[in-house]
Amino acid sequence: MELILVTLLNGLVYGMLLFMLASGLTLIFSMMGVLNFAHASMYMIGAYLAFQISQAIGFWPALIIAPALCGVIGAAIEMYGLRKAHRNGHVAELLFTFGIAFLIEKGVQMIWGLAPVPYRVPSALDFALFTIYGTNFHAYRGFMLLISMLMFLAIRLLLTRTRVGLIIQASLTNPEMVGALGHNVPRVFTTVFAGGSALAGLAGVIGGNYLVTEPAMAFTMGPIVFVVVVFGGLGSLAGCFIASLVMGLVQSFAVVFDVSLADLLARLGIVVTARTPLAEVLTVPLPRIAALLPFLLLVLILVFKPRGLMGTRDT
Amino acid sequence: MIAAVVRRVGIMAGDPGIRAAARRCWPWVALLAFTIVLPWLFYDWSKGRHAGFVVSLLSQIGLMIIFALSFNMQMGQAGLLSFGHAVYLGLGGYVTIHAINAVGAGRLWLPMELMPLVGGFSGLLFAIVFGWMATKQRGTAYAMITLGLGELVGAAAVMFNGFFGGEGGITANRILKTSLFGLSYGPSIQVYYLILAWTAVSVVAMLLLTQVPLGRMANACRDNFERAQFVGYDPRMVRFYQCALSGFFAGIAGALYAVDYEIVTFDAVGSILSANALLMTFIGGIGVFWGPIVGAVLITLLQSWMSLISNAWLIYVAVLFIVMVIYAPGGIAGLIMAHVPIWRAGRLPALALPYLRIGPPALIGAAGFAGLVELTYFVTIGSGQGKSLSVLHQAIDAGSARPWLLASTLFVAGTGIALSQRRAFAAAWDAVGEQIRMKERSR
Amino acid sequence: MTTPAAVVLRDVHKSFGLTKIIHGVSLEIPRGQRHAIIGPNGAGKTTLFNMISNRVSATSGEIELNGRPVHNLPPHEINRLGLSRSFQTTSLFHRLSVFENVRCALLWSRGYGYSIRHLLWRQHDLNAAAERLLDRLNLRDRRDVAAGLLSYAEQRALEIGITIAGGADVILLDEPTAGMNRTEADRAVALIRQITEGKTLVMVEHDMNVVFDLADVVSVLVYGRIIASDVPARVRADPQVREAYLGTKAA
Repeated sequence: MELILVTLLNGLVYGMLLFMLASGLTLIFSMMGVLNFAHASMYMIGAYLAFQISQAIGFWPALIIAPALCGVIGAAIEMYGLRKAHRNGHVAELLFTFGIAFLIEKGVQMIWGLAPVPYRVPSALDFALFTIYGTNFHAYRGFMLLISMLMFLAIRLLLTRTRVGLIIQASLTNPEMVGALGHNVPRVFTTVFAGGSALAGLAGVIGGNYLVTEPAMAFTMGPIVFVVVVFGGLGSLAGCFIASLVMGLVQSFAVVFDVSLADLLARLGIVVTARTPLAEVLTVPLPRIAALLPFLLLVLILVFKPRGLMGTRDT
Repeated sequence: MIAAVVRRVGIMAGDPGIRAAARRCWPWVALLAFTIVLPWLFYDWSKGRHAGFVVSLLSQIGLMIIFALSFNMQMGQAGLLSFGHAVYLGLGGYVTIHAINAVGAGRLWLPMELMPLVGGFSGLLFAIVFGWMATKQRGTAYAMITLGLGELVGAAAVMFNGFFGGEGGITANRILKTSLFGLSYGPSIQVYYLILAWTAVSVVAMLLLTQVPLGRMANACRDNFERAQFVGYDPRMVRFYQCALSGFFAGIAGALYAVDYEIVTFDAVGSILSANALLMTFIGGIGVFWGPIVGAVLITLLQSWMSLISNAWLIYVAVLFIVMVIYAPGGIAGLIMAHVPIWRAGRLPALALPYLRIGPPALIGAAGFAGLVELTYFVTIGSGQGKSLSVLHQAIDAGSARPWLLASTLFVAGTGIALSQRRAFAAAWDAVGEQIRMKERSR
Repeated sequence: MTTPAAVVLRDVHKSFGLTKIIHGVSLEIPRGQRHAIIGPNGAGKTTLFNMISNRVSATSGEIELNGRPVHNLPPHEINRLGLSRSFQTTSLFHRLSVFENVRCALLWSRGYGYSIRHLLWRQHDLNAAAERLLDRLNLRDRRDVAAGLLSYAEQRALEIGITIAGGADVILLDEPTAGMNRTEADRAVALIRQITEGKTLVMVEHDMNVVFDLADVVSVLVYGRIIASDVPARVRADPQVREAYLGTKAA
């Protein structure tokens, strides 16, 4: 029971972090039709920048400066690169973001090296908030939850209460029409791209020290975020929210339950020995394939239900 | 029997279509002759042996050509962007290496010359299974499915020991006694000629496959899948068959990989190799049949040479890729082909001055960029490794400001001038195009 | 037993979300008839076409092609049953040459399927048929030009050519003369008349000269409803039609 509660909390924290990343990507993908491969790279840059700034000034300034810088970088990428690639079609845009992601990864490797950097939780938040059944719930996790909730509320308010937000919402389902109505769609696109990048950067700031900060983090996080976006469905932030939580919970629970298909079969009376065909596949414990679950889900969803949970448009 | 063959050849020689094709073929034949002779240009006559490095590199280029061409069957010809193409190469490689071990242990008889078919049919089988799922979608969704499948197979290759050999992979000894020509394939030069033969066969086969109904309809579906539906074709089936065939050839490349390296590990199904396929094919040119060949040669050479000179060579490849996506989406082959009508019309000299205005500044800018990258690399990694930085045998002190200022200036000035020349260049290009069209119209 | 009508629509409704576009359209087009559908912009003409060819599915009602219901058939199967269509925005294989475009349109009906065995340059009958069609379309001298580089009128001609190449007996043409000047439109009409001899033609058009020149029956679609369906002369004189669509400038 305690395991479930603790894992639930962990899943919630992770899910909210995913939402911070996925919401930006959903907005960008739904509006511009571009699957931004470099989105997770912004997450990575946010973490690395926060690391550097924390070392120089402190964590709290980093919380503001790093996402802002990510937003600026995102705006630059959109204005000077993506817009030009757009002329050559959707595939060109995808390839462009892929190239950027590749370049950023190599650039990060070059500047900070291949090994993870010691980006630590700030000492001010380095204590146990409370204890459940003997396991500490770290204050930093509470902080992460707080920031992601605040950000979620901020997005909701922005989208539903402001004029810009309404334009963005409209552009989510029908960008061409919004342009036809006279709004400066390119500027909206740049804003959304920059905003999404800033969000990803923020996720990196608060997630980079919770998880690990290394050059491969963009590539490990990226596909998980893609799954969330596809699973939640295009054009739907609510779907994205649900999908993020589901994904966070699934991944957290998967790591905890040390069962395999063989165990399940044993319950049905079928014994798997070393000589059973596909024995290796059947005896793999769940935690080992936890990292694969996002990819499996990605394939299954796209093949069988490409509209996702609550999508309003097709990919 | 011989009389029948001679008669058949005679009939084919009389067929005007084949004669025309033969006349157009001479560059290919010349290329083939060149590649047959090539290793001997590096032969060490005093010691009586081949340059191992060169032969190994040429072998790698050969199988990468097959790999890149197979990738372009999906990307350039069918409009299917795949991030998991290495899966077919790798799985073909794994099956082949098991087959080689089986032959070596006497459990199976198969001449080495036909071993690539094992890889080919494995690749075909896996492409049928994975392709059936993936081709249900197209465009971005297809790309994401292939990404997912690539990761799944890559992870499985590390986890499961039985088929994949876990992290260590599977090794084999390629010296079997089953050659049709009595070769042992121990020496790498023999492997080179095996790869060369199969590369030639694969290139011809893939070229012919662009001239059959499926190949043409793949192009059609790429251009306009709705129109394809209304001429009676199911675009999903076209995508599926094209994907399956591309897996076949990737599998052949995988088999040659297994024979050449005598080991197959999870790298062979990994995302890095898949990305490699994309880079090679795109930079070479997806719109022309031989584009991927150029790309495969170029990237493999860069990989070998540049990685010796600079650790940051991947950054240069990434930048080249990005620049090409925006300014030259047809790749190198596309750039060359764009100049062919101009050359034919004799108007090439008209472009000399515009190129002179934009070319050198761009090169200077690139040099400046390379300088900055190398300096950064040295400061962050190189110095720690105790290396020293030198350009043209002149030692450079990365700690002082001068090299940085120089590199920055070259970069900013060079790219600045080049970018400012863009519009003038485009105008000159359009002007030449217009002159050619006028000339044609007045004829 | 009577042969089934070429196209039958029975009480067809179509809504996109909450917006109802087609309000209970019923139409029966017998074989061999040249039928024009006219109506103001936004009346739903292209939507009707899209439903007949199952590019979108009807919200309710029945649509039959030669007696067979089409609502659950994918577009390529409808095409194989004998229906072909052109599109309002020119829809060609823009990177293939004109010749290749036409040849691709001939492949399925000649049984080539997904073949990898037949080298196309050796298929003499196929190539000859493609050349003949190019002649009829007057595109012989543009044979090797990429379709995307043709002039607008040439593209429309090619579009019509591709539509009929496969030998379909029910042809849907969506505004075939849109954007053409008088000469080009006349040439297109002559081509259409020649090329649809003996076939069923359903045409959406705005050009009244073309309509009254070519059509046996004209249906008028206004706000998703058919308000008249008769021979051109009577439609022209119908006061409801004049009020809703033709206005005071009688053609």
